[in-house]
Amino acid sequence: MNYTLLAEQFFNGFQLGIILFLVAAGLTLIFGIMDLVNLAHGTLYMFGAFFASTLVAVTDSLVLGMILALPVMLAAGLLLEFSILRTLYERNHLDQVLATFGLILFFNELFLIVWGPEGTGINLPPYLTGTITLPGGITVPEYRMVIIASGLLVALLLYVLVSKTRVGMLIRAGASNREMVGALGINIKLLFTLVFGLGAVLAGFAGMIITPITQADSGMGESILILAFVVIVIGGIGSIKGAFIAAILTGLIDTMGRSFIDVALLQIMDTVAAETAGPAISSMMIYILMAIILAIKPSGLFPPKGA
Amino acid sequence: MLKKLILAAPLAAMLAVPSVEAAEKIKVGIVLTLTTPASIMGKQMKAAYEVAYDHLGGKMGGKELELIFEDDGLKPNIGKQKTEKLVKKDKVDFLTGYIWSHVLGASAPVALKAGKIFVSANAGHSLYAGKKCHKNFFNAAWENSQNSMAMGTMLNQRGVKNLYILSLNYAAGKQMVTGVERTFKGNVVGKDLVPTSHKDWSAEIAKVKAAKPDGVFVFYPGSWGLAFFTQYKQAGLDKTTPLYSVFSVDGANLPVYQKRKMKHMIGTFNTMFWAPDLDNAVNKRFVADFAKKYKGQIPSHYAAQAYDSLMLIAAGVKAAGGDAKNTDAVRKGMEEADFGSVRGKIKFGKNHFPIQNFYARQVINKNGQWQLSVRQTVVEDHAPVMSNECKL
Amino acid sequence: MNLEILKTPRGIYNSLLILLCIFMPWIAPAIGQDFFTDVFGRIMIVAIAAISLNLIMGFGGMISFGHAVFVGIGGYAVGIFASHGIESAYIQWPVGLLMSGLFALIIGAISLRTRGVYFIMITLAFAQMIYFLSVSIEKYGSDDGLTIDARSDFGIPFYDLNDALTMYFTVFVLMVACLLITRKMVNSRFGRVIRAAKSNDERMHTIGYPTYGYKLTAFVIAGMMCGLSGLLSANFEDFVSPDMMFWTFSGELIFIVVLGGMGTIMGPLGGAIIFLLLSEVLSNITNSWHLIFGPFLILVVLFARGGVEGFLAKFEKSPEAKS
Repeated sequence: MNYTLLAEQFFNGFQLGIILFLVAAGLTLIFGIMDLVNLAHGTLYMFGAFFASTLVAVTDSLVLGMILALPVMLAAGLLLEFSILRTLYERNHLDQVLATFGLILFFNELFLIVWGPEGTGINLPPYLTGTITLPGGITVPEYRMVIIASGLLVALLLYVLVSKTRVGMLIRAGASNREMVGALGINIKLLFTLVFGLGAVLAGFAGMIITPITQADSGMGESILILAFVVIVIGGIGSIKGAFIAAILTGLIDTMGRSFIDVALLQIMDTVAAETAGPAISSMMIYILMAIILAIKPSGLFPPKGA
Repeated sequence: MLKKLILAAPLAAMLAVPSVEAAEKIKVGIVLTLTTPASIMGKQMKAAYEVAYDHLGGKMGGKELELIFEDDGLKPNIGKQKTEKLVKKDKVDFLTGYIWSHVLGASAPVALKAGKIFVSANAGHSLYAGKKCHKNFFNAAWENSQNSMAMGTMLNQRGVKNLYILSLNYAAGKQMVTGVERTFKGNVVGKDLVPTSHKDWSAEIAKVKAAKPDGVFVFYPGSWGLAFFTQYKQAGLDKTTPLYSVFSVDGANLPVYQKRKMKHMIGTFNTMFWAPDLDNAVNKRFVADFAKKYKGQIPSHYAAQAYDSLMLIAAGVKAAGGDAKNTDAVRKGMEEADFGSVRGKIKFGKNHFPIQNFYARQVINKNGQWQLSVRQTVVEDHAPVMSNECKL
Repeated sequence: MNLEILKTPRGIYNSLLILLCIFMPWIAPAIGQDFFTDVFGRIMIVAIAAISLNLIMGFGGMISFGHAVFVGIGGYAVGIFASHGIESAYIQWPVGLLMSGLFALIIGAISLRTRGVYFIMITLAFAQMIYFLSVSIEKYGSDDGLTIDARSDFGIPFYDLNDALTMYFTVFVLMVACLLITRKMVNSRFGRVIRAAKSNDERMHTIGYPTYGYKLTAFVIAGMMCGLSGLLSANFEDFVSPDMMFWTFSGELIFIVVLGGMGTIMGPLGGAIIFLLLSEVLSNITNSWHLIFGPFLILVVLFARGGVEGFLAKFEKSPEAKS
């Protein structure tokens, strides 16, 4: 057992979980509070990646470009909410699924045309391209540590917002019982817009910080979207705590699975079979996890009370 | 109401009786991927077909030539539908293009059943080189495992002893792995086939570092390559472990690598049946005219294949004296392959797949433009291994 | 059947659709678009899948994002047997239908424990799992797909699916059969329970109907009908690939059902015709047709919820109050 490798895979899984959390947090809020199934959430992730890429190229600075991209994300999210998504709140889930699916088709094509089929990317400045060596000979690329750190910071800010502020209280109340919040005289429309804006910025932030690693291309939203839905279903729709735990869990299981399943399978079957089964099982693992959890706890691990 | 109006107008246009075609025209139907991110290859191929058209003077065997392009959207059922349209509506004489093996699998039977000659300009579906070979089926590119077999041989020649293999978990990805394992004589210290939805190789790269190979073989085309090679450098592996790739670095995506300043790609090796600086007159002319046609770019092997596929058809038509409907004569002409190919000389096996050399190529920076340059011949006159399963 | 229906806009529209399907093999060459016969064959096969989805979604309120999986199961039943040289329809088709039913039973049994978006997600998850599984199995082509050299053999003289017209009308007859089955089911007591469960599941439980069993039965029947679509697709296209099962196709099926008119008998056929013709026409105009199609989808959802059937129904006189 190579403990260094194990530890490195743990960091990798944790980092994947952080990205998933950023996307899932917004999704679970939007779904939990506004009851909006937003398939275009992955598109917001893509927005962040592309807008930031262009801004970084224009300002020639990673930090400046990304910071500028945040208000742009907010504006884009609010625009989308105001124009189209607002009309979907009263509709049933099917309508929301189809309409947001239409948004995906449209924006994927638009970004393909504007940025070209090769997509775009962000280059890391020299001071972020190194690796950090931790005790035990574990090496982690610097930038991945940056992702983990910033993700945890955002998670902390979100926690403070949601549990310690008045706005956060309204958000939690809205996740538990939307009608009651409206009946108490709170401006629901404003709350919804705020929540959507927050979700858009979170998703956009995830998209932009992962771009230096995975580059940006049209269609990058779909794969993260399915994963994010799996995460919020496991975690419990409307729960940020659930999203965090489920995201980290998913990231760890996916990464550990990809790293060690083939080794494990080799113990019980021959090489050819293991080589076929290994990748197959590791790609299915997350769905199997979701199915098991739904079978035992149909509302997810930490559903908001009263949901 | 509006929905119906929107439908009616183009429908009316489509239903208009087609104009009486000059009986003399030769029509070639070309199915490529012109949408989705994969269009980066399709568009180069389209440009190459246009260069070939120009070099032919817009004629084949003395008759006027028409190229009809269709987009398969990377889906087999759409590719098939377009092929049906080309055969039944446009009444083309030849079908060519076809980037993907699954699109080819769905579409080729349509053309072959209609008695048309079909030339794959990329998809190297192994079955068609062997059991499913057909007298009217030609391939102007390669069979799927040939290139990685050449890579295995190159790795032996370069003295690589411990190899880590990375690929994608789908048909082509697996065929690449099969190919390299057929010829590579050293140790495979690790192997990972990742799902096509993944773009983050943190887990696999950690395993590579732990296994300490003296070479890493990858098959990561298109956007997978862009992401993987970025992460490879970020993990510091570019300084310790040489990268060897197939179908991951080519003339279509090198401009993007250059734009993204991925300098660590310079000096890496890959294998292919062709390089842009192969020294023959046809190739020189092709490369120069391609740059004029397409944004000053250096063509990729996709473009080279497209060019050769049209020239192959032209050779057949010429041998048949311009009578494209005389399929037997055309086929014979194509089998003889008496034309100037970008490969220099070209010859075909009885399964109508090329028997060709494979070269080691290196990424260089020449006059500020990143490109591939031939280094040495790795293997000569290589035929697909399943060729003797073809009963032609 | 009440012939008065034929005089309404909806009746005329639906009759036209059926007539279009029947006469297309002669209309197409007449207008110089021979390949339209193939297009319509394809449309009817997709319509069968949509009809099966409408059964559970339109009438039962179960939004399955994994319905395309059953097309793949039916299709691969033909493909796998054919690759082993077994071409008899009497083996391929029953196995295909049985396997579709079995998978529907397993998927449905687990998924129907959940509701709402959880149901959507878990059906999607199952579909993805099966998709990834089929991509991993190299023996049957993986994502290169399987070419089918000879179509299902019924061993009946003069009845050969390899003949284009025979194939076309086999599809047509089976599609009509599915429409009739839907009509029978929906108007039966079983169907009434399903439709009532769609409006108010809890009320049904309260008055003593354990809807789970009914829903699961409907789900299995829909799965088998969709498997039939797959069997026909494999024969029609002479090809199967995991692509048939990808979740985006499930999404397209959902849209087809909604576009045609969800919860109506003939809706799925109209939806399939409009959707597939529109994609064909638009893709001939521009390669970037998703730019138009995306907003079209949104507009239909926002302004034409009842689909084409719902739109046409507006022109009908409201039914007199029954005394």
